[in-house]
Amino acid sequence: MSNAIVQQRGIGAMIWDYITTVDHKKIAHLYLVAGGLFFLIGGLEALIIRIQLMQPDSNFISAGLYNEMITMHGTTMIFLAAMPLIFALMNAVVPLQIGARDVAFPFLNSLGFWLFLFGGLLLNVSWFTGGAPDAGWTNYAPLSSTSPGHGVDYYVMGLQIAGAGTLIGGINFLVTIINMRAPGMTYMRMPLFTWTTFITSVLILFAFPALTVGLFLMMFDRMFGSAFFDVTAGGNAIIWEHLFWIFGHPEVYILILPVFGAFSDIFSTFSKKRLFGYSAMVFATVLIGFLGFMVWAHHMFTVGLGPIANSIFAVSTMAIAVPTGIKIFNWLFTMWGGSIKLSVAMLWALGFIPTFTIGGMTGVMLGSAAADYQYHDTYFVVAHFHYVIVGGTVFGLFAAMHYWWPKMFGKVLNEKLGHLGFWPFFIGFHLTFFIQHFLGLMGMPRRYWTYFEGQGLATGNLISTIGAFLMAIGTLVFLYNVVYTAIKEPKASADPWDGRTLEWSLPSAPPFYNFKQTPLVRGLDPLWIEKMEGRKGITPAEPLGDIHMPNGSILPFLMSMGLFIAGFGFIYQVDNKLWFIAVAVGMGLFFASMFTRSFKDDLGYHIHKEDLIEKGDGKE
Amino acid sequence: MSERTENVSRHKLNVRKDENKEEMVQQVITFALMILFTLIAFSMVILDISSYFIKPILLLLAGVQVAFQLFYFMHMKNKGHFMPTVIMFGGMTIALATIITFTTIIWW
Repeated sequence: MSNAIVQQRGIGAMIWDYITTVDHKKIAHLYLVAGGLFFLIGGLEALIIRIQLMQPDSNFISAGLYNEMITMHGTTMIFLAAMPLIFALMNAVVPLQIGARDVAFPFLNSLGFWLFLFGGLLLNVSWFTGGAPDAGWTNYAPLSSTSPGHGVDYYVMGLQIAGAGTLIGGINFLVTIINMRAPGMTYMRMPLFTWTTFITSVLILFAFPALTVGLFLMMFDRMFGSAFFDVTAGGNAIIWEHLFWIFGHPEVYILILPVFGAFSDIFSTFSKKRLFGYSAMVFATVLIGFLGFMVWAHHMFTVGLGPIANSIFAVSTMAIAVPTGIKIFNWLFTMWGGSIKLSVAMLWALGFIPTFTIGGMTGVMLGSAAADYQYHDTYFVVAHFHYVIVGGTVFGLFAAMHYWWPKMFGKVLNEKLGHLGFWPFFIGFHLTFFIQHFLGLMGMPRRYWTYFEGQGLATGNLISTIGAFLMAIGTLVFLYNVVYTAIKEPKASADPWDGRTLEWSLPSAPPFYNFKQTPLVRGLDPLWIEKMEGRKGITPAEPLGDIHMPNGSILPFLMSMGLFIAGFGFIYQVDNKLWFIAVAVGMGLFFASMFTRSFKDDLGYHIHKEDLIEKGDGKE
Repeated sequence: MSERTENVSRHKLNVRKDENKEEMVQQVITFALMILFTLIAFSMVILDISSYFIKPILLLLAGVQVAFQLFYFMHMKNKGHFMPTVIMFGGMTIALATIITFTTIIWW
């Protein structure tokens, strides 16, 4: 179906099209919208937290609600905002960068998205059913396993479903990048964003099973009377902490590595130079991915693992500073002597370097086990991880969205509004979190509902809250920019940034089959090579032929809805066994959909050569 | 000219035949070794040898059998299996780290 046909039909048809789509570009839109929505919800929760902490002895929200706020803010931002937004970029860009027509498993791609969305919805339904999860985003046992009400049950079921979606997405990108690269696209010619997506997918593959296991244990402890974390019955609460962080530490690299890749592409594009030290960058990415699995216990220095374990994990933690340093220097050297264009994407990337370096530095401070006893569970930690996650991932997402927006939506985001949105966010960010380092060193503990007058914490917290509102303004300007661009801006050309990689050889937005002819990749930065040799487009690797495309399917949506219904059943069967009916209905829908998928042949369809010639490739 | 290409392709065919033959020999040897290992394992248990001796030997034999299975019967030693090998060993490393953690600092 071409875009023109879709546009002629009504809104209902468009919704149906998106619900059934298996096109990676449309799934990217879905991830972006859903992730963006959760980002706003998480941001709202952050503002409520900051309003509560604005002044001493505040009573803006109750202590219990505050616990729910911090838990849902963390969980939403990590699992439901940052991860899907990263998947939005991966879906939008990676197949184009490697010269593929879609991901390896388009059906699974769609399933991954719907599982994430329904998991996220399930988690957020808890607000309306008597209380959200309130044991922190880390959900430590026994606080979580003994938390009254159903809040934590929602956490367990919601993340289990969303996590399955993420795992599927990760495997999909692994297979895509290994198997679907265009002819000539060797591993060492892949753009850095593809490389980091690849390593990230490996991390997802290895890290998420630990979370799955942990969540299953928690589910059985809370819903079916087992005692994995119950010390009085011979269990061990520390197991949760280990499982959570075996997953949780790679998770933070899952969040940061893809934007490292995006920054690399942005720096080289807007400096008009090839990336400095490409192979060192690849090596550093792999090394960060590997070391990311060897450091999880640095979150647990104060648990009492003993001096030997603490020392090992302290040393391995500090080792990560080396590959990260390699990356920072390579970005600086990429810009060195380049002809730098200060576009909005570049601005966010430039803002990222000092911000992330500060976050990395406090990371090394936290990584030294002896010192960590002072910092642990204070606002110093809060400041540190916001410097790396907001200063790294969120800045990266903004940069990447400005950079790839024309490829995703066919229009360049308004640059003036982009600059206007950057500054309040950037200044607000540092205002919010820089002061928190000192609040932490002064002894303000993390996750506390309030503080007293006369503790010297009032001024710092007020400044922090003002900063949070500036960040909100920056975000609103970005949203306004999105709407403004959609209405007012003209259609973008294929290559608005004078790009270097394959995606810029396609029209913006690309046709639904991406490449009319699979491109031939003749080196790193393939489009740049062709430009330097005076050619207009990429050399094709094959003659024009029929293109095989997958059919859309409603089944991923139904499967995810099945698990969503079953989730409610599992949560409430503790109160009333009749809820097992919901489990049966949900799982029935799930398995019936799976059965249909397995036994009904769906061979897709072909776009014929003649139609491709008639339509042209959309280029001028 | 055409005679020459025919020679080349016949040569290639011969090389492939040799490779297949070698592969078959290796598979038969591995298979025989695996049966032998299994016999050793069973006979050790039947002969009631001290368990301090049996346990590490059994684990060692099991490890070798897994390696045989992966490298010879599932072709991990052949070309084009680099990525699966890397990812499998990566996964094993992380699983091992987890097991070491659980057995040393959780249930010590």
